Amino acid sequence: MFDLFAFIPRAIVQGIPLLFGCTGETISEKAGSLNLGIPGVMYVGGICGVIGAFLYEQSADGNVQAFPAIAIPLLACLAGSLLMGLLFSVLTITLRVNQNVVGLAMTTFGVGIGNFFGGSLIKLTGSDVPSIILSSTSAYFSKTLPFAHSTGIFGKLVLSYGFLAYVAVIIAIITAYVLKRTRVGLQLRAVGENPATADAAGVNITKYKYMATCIGCMIAGLGGLYYVMDYASGVWTNDAFGDRGWLAIALVIFTLWRPNVAIFGSFLFGGLCILYLFIPTGTEMAVKELYKMLPYVVTIIVLILTGMRNKRENQPPESLGLPYFREDR
Amino acid sequence: MRNITKTFGTIVANDDVSLDIYKGEILSLLGENGSGKTTLMNMLSGIYYPDAGQILINGQPVTISSPREAFEYGIGMIHQHFKLVDVFSAAENIVLGLEEEGRLDLVRAGERIRKICDTYGFDVDPTQKIYNMSVSQKQTVEIVKVLYRGADILILDEPTAVLTPQETERLFAVLRNMKKDGKTVVIITHKLHEVEEISDRVAVLRKGKYIGDMITSQTNAQEMTNMMVGREVSLNIERPEPVNPRPRIRVDGLTVRSADNVLKLDDVTFTVNSGEILGIAGISGCGQKELLESIAGLQKVESGTISFVNNDGSEESLIGKDPLQIAEMGVSLSFVPEDRLGMGLVGSMDLTDNMMLRSFRRGRSVFTDRKTPKKLAEKVVDELEVNTPGVSTPVRRLSGGNVQKVLVGREIASSPTVLLSAYAVRGLDINSSYTIYDLLNQQKKDGVAVVYVGEDLDVLLELCDRILVLCSGRVSGIVPGKEADKNKVGLMMTRLGGGDSDE
Repeated sequence: MFDLFAFIPRAIVQGIPLLFGCTGETISEKAGSLNLGIPGVMYVGGICGVIGAFLYEQSADGNVQAFPAIAIPLLACLAGSLLMGLLFSVLTITLRVNQNVVGLAMTTFGVGIGNFFGGSLIKLTGSDVPSIILSSTSAYFSKTLPFAHSTGIFGKLVLSYGFLAYVAVIIAIITAYVLKRTRVGLQLRAVGENPATADAAGVNITKYKYMATCIGCMIAGLGGLYYVMDYASGVWTNDAFGDRGWLAIALVIFTLWRPNVAIFGSFLFGGLCILYLFIPTGTEMAVKELYKMLPYVVTIIVLILTGMRNKRENQPPESLGLPYFREDR
Repeated sequence: MRNITKTFGTIVANDDVSLDIYKGEILSLLGENGSGKTTLMNMLSGIYYPDAGQILINGQPVTISSPREAFEYGIGMIHQHFKLVDVFSAAENIVLGLEEEGRLDLVRAGERIRKICDTYGFDVDPTQKIYNMSVSQKQTVEIVKVLYRGADILILDEPTAVLTPQETERLFAVLRNMKKDGKTVVIITHKLHEVEEISDRVAVLRKGKYIGDMITSQTNAQEMTNMMVGREVSLNIERPEPVNPRPRIRVDGLTVRSADNVLKLDDVTFTVNSGEILGIAGISGCGQKELLESIAGLQKVESGTISFVNNDGSEESLIGKDPLQIAEMGVSLSFVPEDRLGMGLVGSMDLTDNMMLRSFRRGRSVFTDRKTPKKLAEKVVDELEVNTPGVSTPVRRLSGGNVQKVLVGREIASSPTVLLSAYAVRGLDINSSYTIYDLLNQQKKDGVAVVYVGEDLDVLLELCDRILVLCSGRVSGIVPGKEADKNKVGLMMTRLGGGDSDE
């Protein structure tokens, strides 16, 4: 009936884009920038990777090599997300525009960019179906670790993913360590909690906010790249990425701003997202829709629980979403 | 510091100020609210950058463009509003922003903190979270933070404003230890007796200008006040005889419990008379706030009665009425909380709009009348000498003292029959405080029943006709202001009825 060993790997691959997005958003929020543009950034990261891969496949003309096949989409994705991060930073940090407004605008903008270039590429290839297929570069992204097929269940559960999945987990662990244990992390958190204090202590607020937002966006962008090149096997379809970006932001709250918790949180969310596929066939459509709600329901429950326990460490960074003026009294 | 000038918009905060600070001294920087003391020191500590002028350290011209650079020159500032991250521990706050060799080691930092504490006589637990600390502990963390960075010049911005007398005493002992250690201390204050007690030298600022400096031991309170205010000021509070006092509010057996079921007021009985000032004394948190809020209709009363006595002698119960109805009967509450803005004023609204909060219900048209409140705002600004660019400035942009003047001014302008005022002079400089006392006296002469909750016992004794002393929610006694003795009242605050002392 319910095949746990088929379920877990699928939950994990669902969770990886969320993990990228969540880690990126956590870094940004810890520095006080509520970046609601993350869904847009992930779209842009995805489409930039697709453009890079498309151009490379065109020029390589069937002779696709491993290194450029990975490096070109990767760099394109990072550059695209970085630009989005810079846009958000310039608007909210330097020009002090309201973060929510900029974030929502960027999400709309990012989705639009993704669909525009996606649509153009589909036109260029002249394919019959409304999608681009980049299977030869994608093959390198989704290549599993060696021994994945010879080590039974262990291989299936742990080794059967593309390299970006492992990168996601490693980035989350490193982020958790940096935030908790290093000087940079301490100062970053201080910027998000109380920028005036950090400023008085000699921390360069602007620098930290820019760095956190941009690095956060680059990490989040990788989530888009992973989704297209690995999860979707190199198939870009407009709007296929869906609302994963919002789930990533919900995950930040769910994990109480802790990237190490986010690793398991994202797998759990991934699982909840696809749970409806595993309910017995014949169940009513309406029930299926209820299942799809689960991640959001869980987030609300966690919000209620943390609100009740009222432990200060579990609260969002104090100055989250607020601009910082030094000469304001 | 030479010829320092700093402007904020159209306000000149510092105008051509030159100030010398010597090594190993305790210097008091004295001035009224908004006279530019804090701004001047912020430039020394790198928070602000002067528009013009030069800062010299040991004869060398220096540029201090950030707090970090200030630390490099050994200058550290303890701000009035603490700059601490609440969810961090003491040690995390102290090492914040430091570029030390090697990785972050909070255990080693903790050891260094303990060593500093032992040297100067502090008590800090490096692992305690800031949000669990009392105000005085937070201040200690701030001082340790500055010392941890090896500061030689410490600037303290109104350090005693939030401390009890005992904590102040302890702070001063620490400051003297630092002076012995060769450190320089600059203390910003407007409390004259503290200047006299702690400092070697006193420098005075007025309206952004540097007035002069004196050796503390060669001056006196009167001279300092005159320099600060710029004219002769009488340090005595007048107390006109109450005219025809008649009972106005009768409180009988009032008992109030807080939300978490703690007994806040226990069987409180007293009468407020028209044409007199009733002072309420007590250590903070012993029920003053609840008492005023009960009268104003903001507190749920457990038992007892509060009645308002009309001019014809008939009584009307205030319990069960909502705050609006009570306010319409002429009972006005001006409560100045610790953060000054909390109750009564809306920080992001301008003066006119804040005046409207009291009057917007008047008038029959759908549209609000903005002209009358604007006139009122202009009148308050004019009469109380509120320092503001105009009546359309958001209240938040004003300095603390000016905010208070606006609040008290508005309450008085509504011509109440009962004026409840709590901490009306909290954090105010001498001149503004005296303006407020005069206002209260004026109200009293007009036959208003004034209830004044104050922190400064000396003022209570001089201003009030009768003093109600509260001790943990119970009436410890009511004494006439004229005959009251400070020590006696102090004892009554800590012990019911001020009975035999054990000493």
